[in-house]
Amino acid sequence: MIPASPVLLIFSNLRLSEINMSVSPLIIGIGNQFRCDDGIGLFIVEKLQKRNVDADFLLLSGEGTELMQQWQNRTRVIVVDAVSSGEEAGHIFNFDAGSEEIPTNFFNYSSHAFGLAEAVALSRALKKLPEELYIVGVEGQQFSQGTALSDKVKDAVDPALELIMERLKHEK
Amino acid sequence: MKKNNKSKTIKVDYLARVEGEGGLHLHVSKDKDVQAQLNIFEPPRFFEAFLRGRSYKEPPDITARICGICPVAYQMSAIHAIENAFHAEIDPQIRALRRLLYCGEWIESHVLHVYMLHAPDFLGYEDAIQLAKDAPEAVERGLKLKKYGNDIVNLLGGREIHPVNVRIGGFYKIPKKREFEELKEKLKWARDAAIETTKWVSTFSFPDFDQDYEFVALRHPQEYPFNEGRLVSNKGLDIEIKDYDKYFIEEHVEHSNALHSRKVDSGPYFVGPLARFNLNFDKLSPLTQKVAYDLNFVPQCRNPFKSIIARSLEVVYACDEAIRIIDEFEMPDSPYSAFKPGAGTGFACTEAPRGILYHRYRLDGKGTVLDAKIVPPTSQNQKIIERDLTNFVPPRLHLSDKQLTWECEQAIRNYDPCISCATHFLKLEIKRD
Repeated sequence: MIPASPVLLIFSNLRLSEINMSVSPLIIGIGNQFRCDDGIGLFIVEKLQKRNVDADFLLLSGEGTELMQQWQNRTRVIVVDAVSSGEEAGHIFNFDAGSEEIPTNFFNYSSHAFGLAEAVALSRALKKLPEELYIVGVEGQQFSQGTALSDKVKDAVDPALELIMERLKHEK
Repeated sequence: MKKNNKSKTIKVDYLARVEGEGGLHLHVSKDKDVQAQLNIFEPPRFFEAFLRGRSYKEPPDITARICGICPVAYQMSAIHAIENAFHAEIDPQIRALRRLLYCGEWIESHVLHVYMLHAPDFLGYEDAIQLAKDAPEAVERGLKLKKYGNDIVNLLGGREIHPVNVRIGGFYKIPKKREFEELKEKLKWARDAAIETTKWVSTFSFPDFDQDYEFVALRHPQEYPFNEGRLVSNKGLDIEIKDYDKYFIEEHVEHSNALHSRKVDSGPYFVGPLARFNLNFDKLSPLTQKVAYDLNFVPQCRNPFKSIIARSLEVVYACDEAIRIIDEFEMPDSPYSAFKPGAGTGFACTEAPRGILYHRYRLDGKGTVLDAKIVPPTSQNQKIIERDLTNFVPPRLHLSDKQLTWECEQAIRNYDPCISCATHFLKLEIKRD
């Protein structure tokens, strides 16, 4: 489900369809800021937005069809989300969904019935994956109600930002 | 799977494809008696307590955060209840736009459920991804149809999820006439796609499972219900919303963190698309009725598996109604109607995609919330879901655990349960003694 989701559109003056037309990279943060570490994707993308990066930004709940709608017709997409895989808290995952499968339980704590992993798989089945769909995940620790990030998850913020900045430097 | 001489337990981590997370525990004894418990094991969310001490302006936006799928329903129930307390009179054009916004939410919520969550059950696919490999055109149609629902919410609500343009009295800003006209063109395609959808789901194979239900829904003298009406049932209930608490109670049950609702006199009841369809068929638009007649899908339908047809038919209606509203819309002088905050208690029920959503607010003279009560549709359907499973499982005990689990999940999804509205996570466990 999409519980109490923070679905904030940073460029609120633009219609989503207009963003779809853009050729800039699209960077999407996914999560729920009211469920502690589940908000890490939003937190990182908000920070990134302040860094004068030439990209479009979206903060979404992670509902799968919404993600598909946003990334179709885009060539370059980066998604940042919290992960609950059993790894150590703060561990950073990254992979290109264009060439790698995502385990469906990987982003479990996005906890949506039809979430990121399903959206990637369905886009692939319909041959509508963006040319580049780079996913950065941060293993969370605490997903209960609240707004504070765990210390180990906070420590992952700067390395995750650097990873994304580095990725953006490479022309695809 | 664990096995010993007396019992067998099957545990399925997380029942997928329902909105939220909870658990289902089935206990089978003597190979015939079945006890079904829907467990909701996340803590309650205390939204009602958050609202105390807040200004009357805040509940629409605070309660919208309860659900990412049906925020419009929360906003609508909140504003109607507060306007009820203030005795506010609302411009008919604003009222029409509220219906239009609700059409958008029904389209996006119903289509998500029909295509992505429930159709795979009927067609024998693990999920919509497998379905898309064999029937990409159907899934593409669903995605486009859902998007047009999002477009309505985006236009009127200011954004697609958790709209920000709704306020007590009306809207902050009303879109331009031209924007409504653009939307109408999309909705013509959507209406045809919804008819195709309804025809498609009506070809599915449905388990033989007619039950005796008390269906409860709003009923309005002129309209298929969204925002207003009396509460009625097929078993004689016919009350004003202010009397809700006299006829329905919520109780805590040990196995769930969400409260269970029941009718005071008769216990479990059924809310949602099938209840609305059965109780308000005569208020559907002529086109929607024709589609239903052509498919020989008419009241009274007592098979909950056919909720998917009622849900699809409501998408036809929502598209048709949205087009009608746009055709007849005249720009009001102001985006909101004037009102005067005052002390009192306000009540409202609106029809969320999953069924009636009740809000009650008691406010002081300045319009500060003194207390609030919210009863989401999934809380109301929990008892009937348990009863369905109790009746559904015994004739199917010969099935393998895997098949039985599949069919039970399908039966739960008949109600499109939004467990996060009630609370959260779902696991399925079958224990055979």
